[in-house]
Amino acid sequence: MPQDANNVIDHFELFRGPEYQEMLARKKEQFENPVDAAEVARVREWTKTEEYKELNFKRDALTVNPAKACQPLGAVFVAVGFEGTIPFVHGSQGCVAYYRSHFSRHFKEPTSCVSSSMTEDAAVFGGLNNMVDGLANTLSMYKPKMIAVSTTCMAEVIGDDLNAFIKTAKEKGSVPEEFDVPFAHTPAFVGSHITGYDNAMKGVLEHFWDGKAGTVDKLVRVPDNKINFLGGFDGYTVGNLREVKRIFDVMKVDYTILGDTSDVWDTPTDGEFRMYDGGTTLEDAANAVHAKATISMQEYCTEKTLPMIAAHGQETVALNHPIGVAGTDRFLMEIARIAGVEIPEELARERGRLVDAIADSNAHIHGKKFAIYGDPDLCYGLSAFLLELGAEPVHVLATNGSKAWAKKMQELFDSSPFGAGCQAYPGKDLWHMRSLLFTSPVDFLIGNTYGKYLERDTGTPLIRIGFPIFDRHHKHRYPVWGYQGGLNVLVTILDRIFEHMDATTNVPAKTDYSFDIIR
Amino acid sequence: MSVSTVTDIAEIKERNRKLIQEVLEVYPEKTAKRRAKHLNVHEDGKSDCGVKSNIKSIPGVMTIRGCAYAGSKGVVWGPIKDMIHISHGPVGCGQYSWAARRNYYIGTTGIDTFVTMQFTSDFQEKDIVFGGDKKLAKIMDEIEELFPLNKGITVQSECPIGLIGDDIEAVSKAKSKEYDGKTIVPVRCEGFRGVSQSLGHHIANDAVRDFVFDKMGDAPPAIELTPYDVAIIGDYNIGGDAWSSRILLEEMGLRVIAQWSGDGSIAELEATPRAKLNVLHCYRSMNYISRHMEEKYGVPWVEYNFFGPTKIAESLRKIASYFDDKIKEGAERVIAKYQPLMQAVIDRYRPRLQGKTVMLYVGGLRPRHVIGAYEDLGMEVVGTGYEFGHNDDYQRTAQHYIKDGTLIYDDVTGYEFEKFVEKVQPDLVGSGIKEKYVFQKMGVPFRQMHSWDYSGPYHGYDGFAIFARDMDMAINAPIWKMTPTPWKQRPEEPLALAAE
Repeated sequence: MPQDANNVIDHFELFRGPEYQEMLARKKEQFENPVDAAEVARVREWTKTEEYKELNFKRDALTVNPAKACQPLGAVFVAVGFEGTIPFVHGSQGCVAYYRSHFSRHFKEPTSCVSSSMTEDAAVFGGLNNMVDGLANTLSMYKPKMIAVSTTCMAEVIGDDLNAFIKTAKEKGSVPEEFDVPFAHTPAFVGSHITGYDNAMKGVLEHFWDGKAGTVDKLVRVPDNKINFLGGFDGYTVGNLREVKRIFDVMKVDYTILGDTSDVWDTPTDGEFRMYDGGTTLEDAANAVHAKATISMQEYCTEKTLPMIAAHGQETVALNHPIGVAGTDRFLMEIARIAGVEIPEELARERGRLVDAIADSNAHIHGKKFAIYGDPDLCYGLSAFLLELGAEPVHVLATNGSKAWAKKMQELFDSSPFGAGCQAYPGKDLWHMRSLLFTSPVDFLIGNTYGKYLERDTGTPLIRIGFPIFDRHHKHRYPVWGYQGGLNVLVTILDRIFEHMDATTNVPAKTDYSFDIIR
Repeated sequence: MSVSTVTDIAEIKERNRKLIQEVLEVYPEKTAKRRAKHLNVHEDGKSDCGVKSNIKSIPGVMTIRGCAYAGSKGVVWGPIKDMIHISHGPVGCGQYSWAARRNYYIGTTGIDTFVTMQFTSDFQEKDIVFGGDKKLAKIMDEIEELFPLNKGITVQSECPIGLIGDDIEAVSKAKSKEYDGKTIVPVRCEGFRGVSQSLGHHIANDAVRDFVFDKMGDAPPAIELTPYDVAIIGDYNIGGDAWSSRILLEEMGLRVIAQWSGDGSIAELEATPRAKLNVLHCYRSMNYISRHMEEKYGVPWVEYNFFGPTKIAESLRKIASYFDDKIKEGAERVIAKYQPLMQAVIDRYRPRLQGKTVMLYVGGLRPRHVIGAYEDLGMEVVGTGYEFGHNDDYQRTAQHYIKDGTLIYDDVTGYEFEKFVEKVQPDLVGSGIKEKYVFQKMGVPFRQMHSWDYSGPYHGYDGFAIFARDMDMAINAPIWKMTPTPWKQRPEEPLALAAE
């Protein structure tokens, strides 16, 4: 019996004991009708080959281990960033359970979201009654200031019309006529979570700016000196938004964060559960129409939102998840240009410190080959930073990346000698990445938690940057934007490189001549 | 009256009834009327908990429930390790359920086993407009080419499939024929079907019946049979639960010819109707197929509970009662063998946990099955409820598990659960990831009782030691004494640190 009351062992050790090992071997041999071990080994080797890679890249129907989620997740992300707002997902209820779990697993925080719980009858008759009852119930229970509605694939397939439904629900007294219920159609079979972010953000802003679905007059833009900031769908939103706010404050620029999720996904444990915390006030969301300009940190999260904002008369600036020196330089210079302010010395000194840190450490990164996957903008920002560090982002893959994104990536590669031979892969998944890592190996892989399977299969050390990160804690609390964020990313990369060096040099009397104590 | 100090049973019942009235007050009248049927206080001697169950959730509330797809792909089929399970429809459902349930298995992932992978048809708008059947057929061809050692395929339907009228049965049938009778199983588990995960379990069970059992026909068994063959049904091997259960059955002299579905394989599914007895852990998710095997193949089934030494011993004896003296003696031998370990675990942890109260809210069997394990540690479950239980689950709960005055909440809403916990002030809440952080913010210790908070196994004797350790770790973590901000305490309240 391996278990011991005074030294309790769990699954990590328990099943390694001989009792369990023998039992599992018996199970396999006698009952599983297993594939012969040699055949497993043969096929495994075959999957590492160029031949397999070609077959793998030829598939056009099957998707295996995609690095993207569906639209409504992005809509929920947007909704929780507004003051007192509860996301209301119109469709079948299982989806909401998934979105809430997904965010809770990443942020280790509660995520509140309701569903209209549509079932078979709604599939036949439409979900109007679910909307009418649902809005009333949500309002009475959770006392939100705003209910932001989005859809699932079910509601979209049966063609529910949110505008009409919300109007009818209000007529029936579900929520008061003047209560804010912005909406977005977010079918899961179009785009990905970043498309959902875009549609939902556009939906909220249009609601406030364009007459609240025809119930009040459209706002007349009276330009002021503020700058709007859109973070996009971002796994580091808590740390990043706080860093961005600090930067705006240091620069003494008046700003509005649109969709401020930094507090709701970082509430204190002090005996009280805050369903709503922080967030962009509804007043600020409305007044954002008057801003001088809007800066989007992620072009591909705001492909529809930015043109809509531009159509209201503002200048818009689209960045690509800037990480590192040049990316942050551009971000700050854009703020300074738009606001007509000087960049304060404090930030120049921060810049110098990041440059200092890179100068101290880049020898360990220079010339190393990387594979990166994630959302299109994150891939771009990380690649740009790697090029800055003298590294080569050899394979850059975004399952939700477009051809336009790939072209832009290529331009980035072409701009640096370290980009020679680097390639972007739009629309590909992590099983494609697996083939790439076998046939054209790199030194390190950068991606989210799912990369651990690639690390295991291919032996490529994984640096966890992206969304979701389930199996490491609290990364989202630290920014990756700004010079401070760049430093965090640099340290994250360096830590993994050094760990890898130690792990590969620690064999006594064999490789430990390089097991150095000073690096 | 401070709720946490209530000990008189009449007072507890009165408090719980008032509490139910209080939470109902927030709802619109129609909703309050509907929710009232799902909340109750258990009366001793009643054969059920007096709550309505397995009824549609109310729109706009924060139900904790999932959907039929989650029940089929996430629970029943997903853990069958040597088959490839296609999340058929848009990308999301497969992505969110990707390896999230800890169905431990042994195998070479991507080569001969596939549990921690996400295979999806990633529906695009054109697939909705023109239908996805051709794409599905192509997907199967691509699977055959790229994953040649797979032993079968299932098609887990997401919402749009049923709505656009795709004929996944026809595609599966044609492809099965094309691949020499390979097992290809269409599963109509669209998320909008039914009221929760529960219908997905049932649909998945029916798919096993139709596409695994019926397909086998009268083919001779692939294994040589013995009089002591049993199958474990309804254990998903979360953190290795089925393994710490299996070892006990084998130690008592039985031979486990199949495990459903954690660490399960298609060969084991096929062998199951030859078992002498099916031993059923999660009644809710797999009673259907167990009943079917009893009717069609004459295999009796028996429920068991492997949480905590009291229930484990009861269950081992109950299972043994279906066999001869050799097995009955085997059961006694196993109980005796582990008795010292169990005593040592209880001696170590009971003094730290005695008298602590627990509120549960979980899925299939845990709202009742774990109660005995808590009681073994001197703890008391004061509230419990099911995400997707049916009337028979509540009957089993009332008849065998709960005490007079227990607060019962079926398909609890986030709002109700928070209010209940706030007022009852249990020492521990056991529920899922969506609830975890809500209660921790409130300063209430919490364990995830779907995933064991990434610990486990909790089943069997080996598992109970881990269960006891984890509950102690949760309740007695020093951090909970620091939850209140000391300088914000009201003067009449002693400082939390000083209280201990």
